[in-house]
Amino acid sequence: MATSAPAPGAAPTEPVAPKARARKLPVRLDRRYLPVLGTFVVLALMLIVGGTRYDNFLTPAVISNLFINNAHLIVLAVGMTFVILTGGIDLSVGSVLALSTVITAALLQAGLPVAVVLPLAVGAGTVIGLAHGVMIHYFQVQPFVATLAGMFFARGLCFLIAPESIAIDDPSFVALASWVQIFGEWRMTSSVLIALIVVGLGFLVLHFTRFGRTVYAIGGGEQSALLMGLPVARTKVLAYVVSGTCAGLGGLLFAMFSRSGYSLTGVAMELDAIAAVVIGGTLLTGGTGFVLGSVLGVLVLGLIQTIITFEGTLSSWWTKIVIGVLLLIFVALQRVLSLRRT
Amino acid sequence: MRDVLRHHLFWPVAALVALLVANTVARPSFLAVTVRDGHLFGAPIDILRTTAPLLLVALGMTLVIATRGIDLSVGAVVAVSGAVALSHIASSPNPDSPVTVLTAIALALVLCLLLGVWNGFLVSVLGIQPIIATLILMTAGRGVAMLITGGMITTVNSAPFKVLGSGFWLGLPTAAVLAFGVFAVVAFVVRRTALGMLLEATGINPAASRLSGVRSRTLTWTVYAASGLFAGLAGLLISADTMAADANNAGLFIELDAILAVVIGGTALSGGKFNLSGTLVGALVIATLERTVTVLGISPLVTPLFMALVVIAVTLLQSPRMRERLTAARRRQVMAPAEPPSTARPDSTPDSTEVKA
Repeated sequence: MATSAPAPGAAPTEPVAPKARARKLPVRLDRRYLPVLGTFVVLALMLIVGGTRYDNFLTPAVISNLFINNAHLIVLAVGMTFVILTGGIDLSVGSVLALSTVITAALLQAGLPVAVVLPLAVGAGTVIGLAHGVMIHYFQVQPFVATLAGMFFARGLCFLIAPESIAIDDPSFVALASWVQIFGEWRMTSSVLIALIVVGLGFLVLHFTRFGRTVYAIGGGEQSALLMGLPVARTKVLAYVVSGTCAGLGGLLFAMFSRSGYSLTGVAMELDAIAAVVIGGTLLTGGTGFVLGSVLGVLVLGLIQTIITFEGTLSSWWTKIVIGVLLLIFVALQRVLSLRRT
Repeated sequence: MRDVLRHHLFWPVAALVALLVANTVARPSFLAVTVRDGHLFGAPIDILRTTAPLLLVALGMTLVIATRGIDLSVGAVVAVSGAVALSHIASSPNPDSPVTVLTAIALALVLCLLLGVWNGFLVSVLGIQPIIATLILMTAGRGVAMLITGGMITTVNSAPFKVLGSGFWLGLPTAAVLAFGVFAVVAFVVRRTALGMLLEATGINPAASRLSGVRSRTLTWTVYAASGLFAGLAGLLISADTMAADANNAGLFIELDAILAVVIGGTALSGGKFNLSGTLVGALVIATLERTVTVLGISPLVTPLFMALVVIAVTLLQSPRMRERLTAARRRQVMAPAEPPSTARPDSTPDSTEVKA
């Protein structure tokens, strides 16, 4: 607990017991890091197993592609982490992502300049996030229902704007999308760069700002946070704004990736984002978890896909089954850890 | 008290009536029911038939939500049920024999019951949060369904099975008779015995109800098993309607529709008091809404938008804050002095404390 900045919100779960237990371990390790460590071990195991089973698996090209293919999901998972840390949930991110791709494509097709289109697409996500926050906090609609309504709303809006897929051929957008930095065999596209910046910002905001600490505090106990005089209303609404904005930005990255806007993109992507956050060690009750854990979670999901592609003989549905099994293992692990703590 | 009760059903019924009026205005013959070949035909009958699977799923969902839970896996269970039944029928030498069909139905229902038991085990014994426990099966379930069908859309021709989806019984669609029958039986059992009260006790305060001798764990386990079973039955109705098992799309988003039906019906997701008649109205609202969109000639792809608007309207009208406003307006600001003088965030403090209390 004495370590510098991270997560004051974890404090409500009895700070005394873990300290006494931690002494038994040879290395002093905070229990809060255990789930994330578990994710890291799984990721390392998958890399090792993949590396020994297949040639060309542990190559810079494959690892670069892992990031390139999942850049949008990383951004979604960062936003989702904020919401889940407050003890809420955001089911709308998949549809908002689709809405953002559709807005980008439709406006670019109408001839608007990129400098106008990009903020508008991200802003759409922000506005929807704000609406969620207001419904949830001021009208006390449960987060599940409010964001479910937002999910339907955004999806319906997509179809209203563009029932068909729109290709993006705006030269400056294409130039932005195809910007790539090559270090030896490693490749970094603009979307990966943006995703990494978002991860860095998310990390900084959560651990080094008042807003971030309040997010953890609300997840630890909303009543206590309120009694401590923390700005609960503002923070809760802002968490959904962050998630909505991340979904809008994720849509931009997806539009860069696919060079098109399509109403049916991102169906069930919110589940991937939630799964990534859970596998990354964040408790759905709120209060405990890390942005970097969620990033690891996304990488685990991406690696499952990669391994199944490498295996070749396995059908695509095994992805779903493996994700389900992994979720089960991680949830059981978290359960065991929290049982020991109490 | 009576006022509050009326509130619960007033808005959902108003939404249903508004939808029916809109339909009748757009197409005056909308409410007409005709008799053809000894069966009833017409849009209202059709709505009853399309409501059937949703009603079954929403019924299980209401019971689960009453215990403070949620079941996200029902869509996947629907897919598994269809996949099992149709694969069995397709692989048998004689798809038209009633024995084959009954075995297929029994197989599917038993498997779905087991899936429900699995969910219940995770929630009630291991104590995993319902949303996550059922998310596991929601993700893995469709994979399992695809495993069963081998990734193909299995289609069969079997007259006895088809009856489930598009047959008639006493002039009414079999699917509707079945679903409403199950609903009536469950409603009777829950409301005419102490079961409903025990469920509500579990949802309102699991610890207190256990201490006062309610078997919360068994009850929780039972509702998830029931939810799995009802979802399995819904899956049979859906696959019998199309005579195809599509592991990817069967029952897609039905869990969300069911949750919406429950919420529109006035049961809060926070558990406790539940309202089965509300769920019935909620399911009818959703089915009618889908119908309305086609009647009004709007592209069915835009349906989600209308769904969202109805949900937002109903949930906002039912929200504690809005009710408070309404009662406050009626009582001429009796509530006003209770609000703190703070101007920075006047809303957060009184609300949260009042809800807890």
